[in-house]
Amino acid sequence: MLDVALLHQYPGFTLDVAFTAPGTGVTALFGPSGCGKSTILAAVAGLLRPAAGRVALHDDVMLDTTSGIAVAPERRRCGVVFQDSRLFPHLSVEANLRYGLRRAPHGVSGPTFAEVVGLLGLEALLGRRPLGLSGGERQRVALGRALLARPRLLLMDEPLAALDAARRVEVLPFLARLRDAAGLPVLYVTHALEEVDALADHLVLLEAGQVLAAGTVEALAARADLPALARRRDAGALLGCTVLAQEATRGLTRLGFPGGELLVPRRPGLAVGEQLRVRLRARDVAVALEAPRGISMHNIMACRIEEIVPAGEAEVLLRLQVGPTPLLSRVTRDSVGRLGLAPGLEVFALVKSIAFDHAAVA
Amino acid sequence: MLSPEEWQAVRLSLGVAGRSVLVSLLPAVLVAWALARGRFPGRMLLDAIVHLPLVVPPVVVGWGLLMVFGIQGPIGGLLHAWFGIRLVFTTEGAALATAVMSFPLIVRSVRLGLEGLDPGLEAAARTLGAGPADRFLSVTLPLMSPGILAGAVTAFAAGLGEFGAVITFASNIPGETQTLPLAIYSATQSPGGEAVAARLALVSFALALAGLLLAELLGRRLSRWLGRG
Repeated sequence: MLDVALLHQYPGFTLDVAFTAPGTGVTALFGPSGCGKSTILAAVAGLLRPAAGRVALHDDVMLDTTSGIAVAPERRRCGVVFQDSRLFPHLSVEANLRYGLRRAPHGVSGPTFAEVVGLLGLEALLGRRPLGLSGGERQRVALGRALLARPRLLLMDEPLAALDAARRVEVLPFLARLRDAAGLPVLYVTHALEEVDALADHLVLLEAGQVLAAGTVEALAARADLPALARRRDAGALLGCTVLAQEATRGLTRLGFPGGELLVPRRPGLAVGEQLRVRLRARDVAVALEAPRGISMHNIMACRIEEIVPAGEAEVLLRLQVGPTPLLSRVTRDSVGRLGLAPGLEVFALVKSIAFDHAAVA
Repeated sequence: MLSPEEWQAVRLSLGVAGRSVLVSLLPAVLVAWALARGRFPGRMLLDAIVHLPLVVPPVVVGWGLLMVFGIQGPIGGLLHAWFGIRLVFTTEGAALATAVMSFPLIVRSVRLGLEGLDPGLEAAARTLGAGPADRFLSVTLPLMSPGILAGAVTAFAAGLGEFGAVITFASNIPGETQTLPLAIYSATQSPGGEAVAARLALVSFALALAGLLLAELLGRRLSRWLGRG
């Protein structure tokens, strides 16, 4: 359990946040640039001294301004992965990796050098200098270096933001492997929703120095009342799915989620039984009063309208319930009037299989 | 090519300049560190004092050294009474005078290197468990080494030619304190010494040029080694 409460002021900006992150898994601090998420990370790491605040990991207090406690960053054992990697240019990749390991307290267990090198695929890089590495390689080394310092908490400050799309795709699987292997709580700062989908269990939604909402990623993704999330083009419910079948002849993959099934364009890499997350974008979900026939759409799900929330001038967000699973649908106000949509009404949610492009399936 | 006396002046100059760099290097690094990173009252005053030798006439610096390190001076008196050390009119005294004169050159160069250093790297070292001294030795010092090296070589090259402070504090004693510029000066003062002066001036010129080229070359090597290409 990581407890964070911070108050800090810059000219024209006040950060005033309090949240709790679970003791395992990835908690994403998500929000637009300048919302204060990196400031939070720096304060947790100890690199920034807030005007007032408290930071405690499993009841071990690292900062408490009321009682004058401020543990030095070098003794907090928070591994930090910076956006700009910050590898030591005068040291080889191996010496960079061993930098934190050599300084880790004795008797603290953790992954070994060989394990981390294997996990992050760094064998071929060990003898090289940071300057000669690509951006993606540099971030992998930075991940390994932070992990080898035997931290109690990993802090990641937009670790993929400085990379182009191709490099992001290259590094993302390593982040997921690290998350699974490290068994550490991770605070992950990002403004990219696809990174949240791929990595995060919990979400702290930030705007202008305030916490708008916090909870599991699925729960927040299904809320229609959070403009910071719901008004995005890529807003939509996040479904935890299991691969039910590969229908090779039809070129489809069948996914199951609590209360329903989805047919998506075939992904040969997925094994039956494998778990994955699918973001079902609200703009890709249509509703019909009757189950349509003679239509190309594969995914037709009976559901109930729970809530109708205005979203801009001409549009609304419908919160739909398919069994225990919430969905979001974005339709025009005109459609609401035309179809007489209202909370409690039983409707059908329609989704084209093709809507599940690669980015939507993490 | 050179007479034994002339060789002696060259060797003496090299020894004095070398010793002066050895003496002033560590304090200069510390002062540069304090000036670049420290936030303490009197920082501007310290900055000004460090740079004084660049603007005060060297003769005045030599005179100041005489006042402080002379046999009658507060420090010179103690050194003489306790350890039997005499600095005035000795090679060591010439080295001290040269060190004071070239001190600001090293400080400036080291400080420039420090200010170009990304503080984010030191922050990263902190999060990896490195305390202040550890951080300085493992990250800061290696990364500022090009600045230190450039400062040391420049100070050495400049120290070969220090005149005013040396002649005032250490006098002009052949074999003891008569460095290259002092030997050149003496040659120009004695009848028929033009050829000697010309030869020594040429040597002086060559040494200074070699020093500067060496500084540039080593600096580039070191920068490449540090991955700053």
